[in-house]
Amino acid sequence: MSESEKPVSFQSYVKTCAYVFAGVLIATSLMIYASFLPHYGWPTKVSIILTIAAVNAFLVAGYLMHLLSEKKLVYTVLAFTVFFVIGLAGLTLWAMSDFPVGTAVH
Amino acid sequence: MQSNVQQFPPFREPQPAHGHDDHGHEHHEPGFWSKYIFSSDHKVIGIQYGFTALAFLLFGFFLMLLMRWQIAHPGQPVPFLGPLLAKTLGPMAAGGVISADLYNAFGAMHGTIMVFLGVVPLAFAAFGNYVVPLMIGAPDMTFPRINMASYHAFFLGGVVMLVSFFIPGGAAQAGWTSYSPLATTIPTNGQAFWLVGMVLLITSSLLGAVNFIATIIQLRAPGMTWMRLPWFVWAQFVTAFILLLAFPPLEAAGVLQLMDNALGTSFFLPTGLAVAGKVGEASGGGSPLLWQHLFWFLGHPEVYVLILPAMGVVAEIIANNTRKPLWGYKSLVYAVLSVGFLSFIVWAHHMYMTGMGQKIATFFQITTMMISVPSVIILTCLFLSLWGGSIRINTPMLFALAFLPMFGIGGLTGLPLGLAAADLYLHDTYYIIAHFHYVVAPGTIFALFAGVYFWFPKMTGRKMNEFWGRVHFWCSFVFMNLVFMPMFAQGIKGMIRRMSDGGVNYSAARVPGAIDTLPGSVMELNTWILAAAIGLGLAQIPFIINIFWSIKHGEKVGTNPWEATTLDWHTPTPPPHGNFPQQPVIVRGPYEYNAPGHEGSYAPQAEFPAATHGHDDHGQPAHH
Amino acid sequence: MEIPYTVQNRPDTGLYNAKLGIWLFLASEVMLFGGLFSAYVLLRAGAEPGMWPHGWLNVTLGTVNTLLLALSAITTLLAWAACKVRDFGKFKFFHACTILLALSFLGIKSYEYHDKFIHYEIALADGTFADGHLKEKSADFDLKKKTGTVTIEGHIVEDRKELMDLRTEEAKKAVHKEIEIKAADIKKMQNYGPWHNTFTAIYFTMSGLHALHILGGTLVIFYLWGPGSKMWKTDPERFTNRIEVSGLFWHFVDLVWIFLFPVMYLT
Repeated sequence: MSESEKPVSFQSYVKTCAYVFAGVLIATSLMIYASFLPHYGWPTKVSIILTIAAVNAFLVAGYLMHLLSEKKLVYTVLAFTVFFVIGLAGLTLWAMSDFPVGTAVH
Repeated sequence: MQSNVQQFPPFREPQPAHGHDDHGHEHHEPGFWSKYIFSSDHKVIGIQYGFTALAFLLFGFFLMLLMRWQIAHPGQPVPFLGPLLAKTLGPMAAGGVISADLYNAFGAMHGTIMVFLGVVPLAFAAFGNYVVPLMIGAPDMTFPRINMASYHAFFLGGVVMLVSFFIPGGAAQAGWTSYSPLATTIPTNGQAFWLVGMVLLITSSLLGAVNFIATIIQLRAPGMTWMRLPWFVWAQFVTAFILLLAFPPLEAAGVLQLMDNALGTSFFLPTGLAVAGKVGEASGGGSPLLWQHLFWFLGHPEVYVLILPAMGVVAEIIANNTRKPLWGYKSLVYAVLSVGFLSFIVWAHHMYMTGMGQKIATFFQITTMMISVPSVIILTCLFLSLWGGSIRINTPMLFALAFLPMFGIGGLTGLPLGLAAADLYLHDTYYIIAHFHYVVAPGTIFALFAGVYFWFPKMTGRKMNEFWGRVHFWCSFVFMNLVFMPMFAQGIKGMIRRMSDGGVNYSAARVPGAIDTLPGSVMELNTWILAAAIGLGLAQIPFIINIFWSIKHGEKVGTNPWEATTLDWHTPTPPPHGNFPQQPVIVRGPYEYNAPGHEGSYAPQAEFPAATHGHDDHGQPAHH
Repeated sequence: MEIPYTVQNRPDTGLYNAKLGIWLFLASEVMLFGGLFSAYVLLRAGAEPGMWPHGWLNVTLGTVNTLLLALSAITTLLAWAACKVRDFGKFKFFHACTILLALSFLGIKSYEYHDKFIHYEIALADGTFADGHLKEKSADFDLKKKTGTVTIEGHIVEDRKELMDLRTEEAKKAVHKEIEIKAADIKKMQNYGPWHNTFTAIYFTMSGLHALHILGGTLVIFYLWGPGSKMWKTDPERFTNRIEVSGLFWHFVDLVWIFLFPVMYLT
């Protein structure tokens, strides 16, 4: 947040922080709980856990890093970055899974 | 409008060494170390990068000459340099003969040095640092001290690379691509040096990229809108983004390979890997292809890092010497943005030979064909810019003009390589070598020569010698083509790259009667290429002498010898610390040459409103 | 001319230089860790069935570290907020907390590393595997000369695969006791360092790089908290910006851990 925006009191920051920490605490507990669920396979558990981790990340990035009220320029840079990260991971995985049947893949 | 030029402080003779009044806010003349080594001034850093990079280019060239000797005359001692090699490199060059291991080391280091220590630092860091802040009307880069750190990291990286030649076992020998598991299994620590060097170089270009982007976004002078940026600045901007986002995955890969080499992990080593007939100790379970993906995720965008700044230089010189605006400025801008974007999703066209599946290969063939479209748009715009111009021929323009067909040849011969069916045959042959060297050597390096001749007067206040410039150009042009053109033929005939004997083992002379051996005509070309390469080396002598001679003795010129519009030519020469005596205000586009409604042959981009009050501090430009 | 927008925002971007700079740097960091996470996914997807470890890391310690980092992220934000309301005392307090929390994180991390380095898997001559923490090596213990004995606190399994998933019921039932092994019976003895398998390799690499980020961030924050805080007197606005920029880096480092923790400890 830049200086040009309306002044915010210290107390309101404390309040935001309290909510964020509570959120992180709950999300982390849920994550650990999910990882010990006995009746699901790893693929299910992994997707549940990563979804919760994403919520956690949203709390930190959105509120602590102010990404919810950031400038357009920052969003633009991050949008490209995220696109390229997904491209890197996605295309690499696709390439590694798209070998002709019977090929030994390393 | 011509009168604007008169408003600038007149060209000043270089101040005597103790001229205190030259610095409005520095109270004493900085000493040698703080002025030339630990300077945070973008112009000094640009020149530091420039000289270091030129030195590395020359060094890389010598590695190439040695390799060409070995290819043309395998197993014979190197003339002149042989004893020196034997003395400094020991058993790897016993008797002055380049051993296969040494050939591999030279090959790997030639690529690494040319790309990461030569062309990129010259094209991006040197010209970008010197010219970009001037062009956009900025007093310096956004983060001057980070800029300095960037050069120091680069220098250190270079030193690490050079030192690795002299360690036992020699420098890295797995090619500039350092494919695993080869890179991990060759018994030398050179690879570890290479990786540490690369991490330093990546850090350097990361710092540089952040600086460039922040500078171009934040420090544009009032009135310098995005569509008024000289195209050179656009090219550098996109290049910086590529460096910023494509290099880190290679840094990650470098760390992983360093772990493989130093700590015995198996990130890129498959299960059951046998080295020299013995199954290794490593745990296995890794993936060699992972290295290739992470490497080429940088490796391909890196091609555009090599070429875009060069195109930017050429665009500026062409606009300046055709005395008319660039054709299709907006198309050029959108094209360079598209190239930058697409360059991130074409990388696996370097990996068709890994046996990848049809679907993913199709995807990468499509994106590869797509990226050729904006590249062609850029080249076409530059060609069309020549149409109808009254072209002024001088050394920078000659190099810039030569860039166009040379890059054209390089680009068009790349099309068959982008298609898997043709690539499977041409992969790893001399055809590939010819293709990418046409892009980078007569392409990018010609553009960089053009840039040196073009901006030399800005850096020194003197022009380089025109006659020797032209000698340099014509000789380089002829020999460059004589070096690389035959390689297309060799490659199509099936000559594989990276053979330390230049293909003798596969020659018809060695195995008579066998099909698909290399005929004598192809082998003979090796000798011709060596001769042409030596000629190319000799052709650089006038350039080297010219550059040093002209610093002191070149023809003295004013601030704007090329009668250019862009802001870099509207500062005192050489520009003082802080660049502009007054805040420039940009009032028009970058290429207003002979535009209707303006007096004279060009209309400068900027006006300096404050200058109308004359010199208010004793004839010295105001620094505030 | 002086460099503009070092403190004030540039009107058309709404950012001051350093803030744009740090976001660009973080973008490249996203690519760096993006590359590493891609490597992780690929290695895991490519592992032989049943050979990717589960439950090798101590969830309790991981959780504590997660909370420590989350807390430090919060104290970082409050330190910046304190600067914004021009309360230097509060700033000092909150960033002191940040530094202490960061150091505790590193302390716990090094304990975890140590634990892995004294954890051995020993392939025995009879084809079974002993696995456990090193208790004692006899003075004459030498693998090459095959003399002496080694004592571990652990158990012996028939198949290496049994060592992979520690979350299964069978694995939980395993009884750990002191085992003395003769050097002569040992085919191969290796601790759980990075070289052990691709999981430990990527775990040590990623968490190690992350720890280096923590270390670097702590040094910067310590500098701003100590000697660098002189700037508060001369240019509080610029100082506040520095705290914001270093805070953004710190939050990013927390963000990386938020994904590292579940990926390494929980799945």
